[in-house]
Amino acid sequence: MKILVAVKRVVDYNVKVRVKADNSGVDLANVKMSMNPFCEIAVEEAVRLKEKGVASEIVVVTIGPAAAQEQLRTALALGADRALLVESGEELNSLAVAKLLKAVVDKEQPQLVILGKQSIDSDNNQTGQMLAALTGYAQGTFASKVEVAGDKLSVTREIDGGLQTVSLALPAVVTTDLRLNEPRYASLPNIMKAKKKPLETVTPDALGVSLASTLKTVRVEAPAARSAGIKVGSVAELVEKLKNEAKVI
Amino acid sequence: MAILVIAEHSNGALAGATLNTVAAAQKIGGEIVVLVAGQGVAPVAEAAAKVAGVGKVLVADDAAYANLLPENVAPLIVGLAKGYSHVLAPATTNGKNYLPRVAALLDVEQISEIVEVVAADTFKRPIYAGNAIATVQSSAPVKVITVRATGFDAVAAEGGSAAIEPVSGTGDAGKSAFVGEELATSDRPELTAAKIVISGGRGLQNGDNFKHLYALADKLGAAVGASRAAVDAGFVPNDMQVGQTGKIVAPQLYIAVGISGAIQHLAGMKDSKVIVAINKDEDAPIFQVADYGLVADLFEAVPELEKLV
Repeated sequence: MKILVAVKRVVDYNVKVRVKADNSGVDLANVKMSMNPFCEIAVEEAVRLKEKGVASEIVVVTIGPAAAQEQLRTALALGADRALLVESGEELNSLAVAKLLKAVVDKEQPQLVILGKQSIDSDNNQTGQMLAALTGYAQGTFASKVEVAGDKLSVTREIDGGLQTVSLALPAVVTTDLRLNEPRYASLPNIMKAKKKPLETVTPDALGVSLASTLKTVRVEAPAARSAGIKVGSVAELVEKLKNEAKVI
Repeated sequence: MAILVIAEHSNGALAGATLNTVAAAQKIGGEIVVLVAGQGVAPVAEAAAKVAGVGKVLVADDAAYANLLPENVAPLIVGLAKGYSHVLAPATTNGKNYLPRVAALLDVEQISEIVEVVAADTFKRPIYAGNAIATVQSSAPVKVITVRATGFDAVAAEGGSAAIEPVSGTGDAGKSAFVGEELATSDRPELTAAKIVISGGRGLQNGDNFKHLYALADKLGAAVGASRAAVDAGFVPNDMQVGQTGKIVAPQLYIAVGISGAIQHLAGMKDSKVIVAINKDEDAPIFQVADYGLVADLFEAVPELEKLV
């Protein structure tokens, strides 16, 4: 089967972001960017399915600025076969991204689409579900285990109380949770080989998708800072403070 | 304006997160209608009808809606949504699963995990693992929103007397089936609703050592959580994880034991009223958010704490 994997270029998860002084957003100038950690897990799962002989081809797609080619090359170095960049300079909301991915799905006709469960910048956790809605596919969100059995997909999902297993008709959309797998590192020879793999660039216009949004960000501010705490010298002092000062026990 | 709130429930009981979601609906203002979808959910509907502030309860009782499979539930909600200005669901794993599907079918954006209602069309939500708060405004005809429970004080579970009305949707879409589930069992309070949460991290060294935290938790009536490091190392099951990718908690007291305090963990607990950190590394980032920090070996400090409280 053909697998489509969507990845996103985001600020590296180790960076502590700063809000811009004019409250228009967070400052992303000169900040290290990486592939969203959940997307790395999505790429890894696709590569494992190919290694098991389940998948025949892995197409990786991203929507973003020209610089997002770096993340596509990373995915190619990890084992994806070819890449597609939908180049868009503006920051898009989940629905627009889902519509663009739907257009890519219509063109590529994959049997399985794998996305991360959320991107660590917007923390939306929407795109996979929206893509499933637009394509009419079944969805297996927050997956911690994925197995293909004939024309069905068995997905074990992380839910609030534990784990849930569902059986989905293919084609389907899966979003990855952290425990699905441990992503591999790209080796230097594979990074070199990835430079020769095909990477196609298209525009949203060429896909015939309108990017109009009903949502606008009015302001971005830093969260309220916590007042500085104190260090206590002993357990007895801690208990005394919790009982008499904070009055929480 | 009328607001449709999708109820969260399990094992025939209305879940607490529904009460926080109704509270958010009250802040928006308008008649509040609760939809209870599932199989054999009559007791849930009765509980929902008693919730303070609820005007009406719709019940969709059908085998297709058991386990709230999004392929089946989303069309039901979409069919009802047109008559409402807002559709709200708690930001539980269920709400996060079906609601974006609803939004896309309605061709509107979804606003995820709001923590504050500024106006009927304007909301605040955390981004970048809680390191920034975005104020977003929606011009969508139907505003589709998930509500972070810790952002709103729950409304009273008693005092209302709403009418209950059956509704039906299109049933089983035939795309998905529930196979089974494996739920972690615990006698302690639920993590997201507990007044006191004690969490352990990599510093606990193994799963067996969590017994120290359980003993303290039982004495305080607390829930026990964990950092991702503790979950990944297999000390405890993943539903105990607190953080950006796990559960978001905001208890009165959060005790972090052997947790360094990575950005992703702080995203799940930094709205707690009082934070206590017990760690032997005095430079651990957790001390920057802790109201009370104790630099000590947790294997000595936790048993001593248990004796003294």
